[in-house]
Amino acid sequence: MNRYKSLFTALAAVVLGLLAGAVFMALSGSNPVAGFYYLFRGGLMNLERIGNTLASATTLIFTGLAVAFSFKTGLFNIGASGQMLMGGLTATAIGLSVQMPRIVLLPLIVLAAASAGALWAAIPGFLKARFNVHEVVATIMMNWIAYWTVYYTIPAYFKGTFLETESRRIPALASFRAEWLTNIFRGSYINMGIFLAAAAVVVIAIILDKTTLGFELKAVGFNRHAAEYAGIHVPKNIVLSMSISGFLAGLAGATYYLGYAVNMQIGVVPSAGIDGIAVALLGANSPWGVAASSVFFGILHSGKGFMNAMTKVPPEIGDTIIAIIIYFAATGVLFTRLWERLTRKRSKEA
Amino acid sequence: MQTLALIFPYAVAFTVPLLAASLGGLFSERSGVVNIGLEGLMVSGSFTCAVVASRMETVLGPGHPGALWLGLGAAVVVGALFSLLHAFASISLKANQVISGTAINMIAGSLTVFLARTMTGSGNVRIVLGFIPSDIPVLSDIPILGALFFTKTYATTWLTAAILALAWFVIYKTPFGLRLRACGEHPQTADAAGINVYRMRYIAVSLSGALAGLAGGIILVTYSGEFNGSVAGLGFLALAALIFGQWNPLGILGATAFFGFAATIANVSQVIPQFSRIPGLLLKAFPYVVTLIALVLFSKSSQAPRAAGEPYDQGKR
Repeated sequence: MNRYKSLFTALAAVVLGLLAGAVFMALSGSNPVAGFYYLFRGGLMNLERIGNTLASATTLIFTGLAVAFSFKTGLFNIGASGQMLMGGLTATAIGLSVQMPRIVLLPLIVLAAASAGALWAAIPGFLKARFNVHEVVATIMMNWIAYWTVYYTIPAYFKGTFLETESRRIPALASFRAEWLTNIFRGSYINMGIFLAAAAVVVIAIILDKTTLGFELKAVGFNRHAAEYAGIHVPKNIVLSMSISGFLAGLAGATYYLGYAVNMQIGVVPSAGIDGIAVALLGANSPWGVAASSVFFGILHSGKGFMNAMTKVPPEIGDTIIAIIIYFAATGVLFTRLWERLTRKRSKEA
Repeated sequence: MQTLALIFPYAVAFTVPLLAASLGGLFSERSGVVNIGLEGLMVSGSFTCAVVASRMETVLGPGHPGALWLGLGAAVVVGALFSLLHAFASISLKANQVISGTAINMIAGSLTVFLARTMTGSGNVRIVLGFIPSDIPVLSDIPILGALFFTKTYATTWLTAAILALAWFVIYKTPFGLRLRACGEHPQTADAAGINVYRMRYIAVSLSGALAGLAGGIILVTYSGEFNGSVAGLGFLALAALIFGQWNPLGILGATAFFGFAATIANVSQVIPQFSRIPGLLLKAFPYVVTLIALVLFSKSSQAPRAAGEPYDQGKR
């Protein structure tokens, strides 16, 4: 029953978000039906578009899992953007400066980027565990420290050939794009990150549901004091949970900057870090739910350009819809109450 | 000294919107509602001000003060109205305040650009001319102080200074301020004493929206002149200043001035040789690092409102 309730809440948020999107499309003088038709068509109409949708979903799966994992331990990792930036910076640095066979290089990049993300998240985790500093504030600060670190490091050491504001192009050797995969999907952005993301969904599901570690982490999330009374080392679990969360966000950085993109630009906070919150909320913090909602948001991301080309609707409608969905997911209690009222009535009749 | 006099006006211009937004955050958090939507509220204010002021400029003439003040007024109103979304979610529905604030940031960031594109084609809205800094008569002739504080100042700077004084007075010297602080410290007790906690929190959140909207408008009519869909993280910097200033108006003044100078020095370090030796990263990351350090140092004696971030539920004890 609980699962239906969260599904109902998620669907209600999506429907209301799409409805609000329709209103804004109409306000901007376009036909909402045509707008949505081209939006979804743009995300799904051919193999290249589907590849792009999956490529967008790859990043969102990682950041969504990162946020969902921290939620399970009762922590709010709003710093996925910063952890993603640090993972991306580490990956870019290695990709641009280390020469070695690809079979060694790619795993090295993955591990280094994930560790950078984990370290960036472990700092707020430690501050929370040791000094009770609120992790939301600490991760926001860490985001901006990461932003400025990238802002000054890229031009200083990895400056692009033409522009000061981006790094050099990542060599094919260090890229997550694979020729055979790109060929199947007719030249889309899809990259091997999608396999990593799929593996991450399974591994996180197993950790949460089948291991002692997952049990302890969730216990801390449900009731910190009860967990402590049961002999669980709470501070250790807080740091560990944040580190795993950052590890996932670091993977998002590696696969985004070395797979989806071809270089790293400065002065941009990756929106996937914040979209991850929407993904996690909509997926009710379950790894499978995260995967499903990532694909949905992936369609919105890759379809908005096509919609903009075919209609007059500005592409920002995609992000507007996602933002409104978050708002309705946050106010989910409205729909939960509605669901309870509906089901109660039915059980009375029966 | 000359260098100081040179960068001082820029530092002040950068500090003022930060201060206004941070004071907005102060009202909200003192009433017990965390508002990380400051960034989005500033964006909405900046957008509104750009639209209204640029339209009025075509009527009243470029840079006409009336057009700019109308723009600022509209920014205040829209900021307050927009913040009601956050208030409704976090006060009436008892939603997670951080998620609701994040939604505010995202809605503002995408919707304003969506509307701007619908209106102008590009995502930018430009005003022809902003406020022109002017010298205060008599006071600007005072040696040193006159050169620093009373030359090349914006009218909005004095408005914000007045708001700062007023905020201090309201929070510490009026019954309203006492009730506001009570709601943020211990809402159950406040309720038992006959204060309508929900109403107080609604007022406080819309005040924060109004001030953040004003801050966004000030950015536009003083140094930016163009809306481009973001306020470059100033809302989060204002949040850092609120914490570094330990939820107290004068502390916030100190924190925002401190951050304002650091950012200005980082911006001009390319041009002014004395500063070029300081790495830009240190200056730019500095506010966030010191805020983290302050959080650790004050972790035992933090002045944070005790009920901040927790929805108030009348039925719970």
